[in-house]
Amino acid sequence: MNKMKLVYFAWVRERVGKAEEEIAPPASVTTIAELMRWLGERGEEYAHAFDNPKVIRAAIDKSHVRPDTAIAGAREIAFFPPMTGG
Amino acid sequence: MQTTVRLQSEDFDVAAESAALSRGRTDIGALVTFTGICRGAESGDPISALTLEHYPGMAEAEIMRHVDQAKARWPLLGVTVIHRHGRIEPGQNIVLVVTASSHREAAFAAAEFLMDYLKTQAPFWKQVEGKIGTIWIDAKETDDAAASRWDKPAGREAAE
Repeated sequence: MNKMKLVYFAWVRERVGKAEEEIAPPASVTTIAELMRWLGERGEEYAHAFDNPKVIRAAIDKSHVRPDTAIAGAREIAFFPPMTGG
Repeated sequence: MQTTVRLQSEDFDVAAESAALSRGRTDIGALVTFTGICRGAESGDPISALTLEHYPGMAEAEIMRHVDQAKARWPLLGVTVIHRHGRIEPGQNIVLVVTASSHREAAFAAAEFLMDYLKTQAPFWKQVEGKIGTIWIDAKETDDAAASRWDKPAGREAAE
């Protein structure tokens, strides 16, 4: 799997402990939901951040996507809580 | 159509932005402005400030996408959306939506549509500073419900 950039916002960013990083997940990780599960196994911070994936939203290359969306070809994937702007 | 979408940390001037949208035009018959302002309390607890985090690039794109949807849905003559980020104290402006049309129905509806979607789809997150420290505000189900009422087929609102 090619490298991709991950970006985190709000409490997802705080729990992971970083705003962005480069990752290269294994080829078996093909969707947003699988990527969250894989990230959750990378350590305590990640487990804390992704322990309830249902409440985490995702975007691929700055567009909203659903958990079953394929990540192939993504350059930047963002994870964040439900939005509270306006 | 005149469209302005801006993200900025500094304050905005509501009157100046409204005037800029309608200046020199005689086709505009209705101009609606909505200003979102930082409250001094959240769920009954006093707060000292809000901090708005955003996703640069995506925030502008999401706002523009919804402005385009509003333009496709209502006969608008102008739209301005300004959203602030960073630290904002009670009483200060957070967000501005200005919609212009020849008649009020479109201007009112489009402003409400844009605000409903800004709250649930634009990548901004509010954190409040209060007595117990800083906490992230939870998304409200009522905001999702407000946004989803626009999901019904376009054209219905004319009959309502």
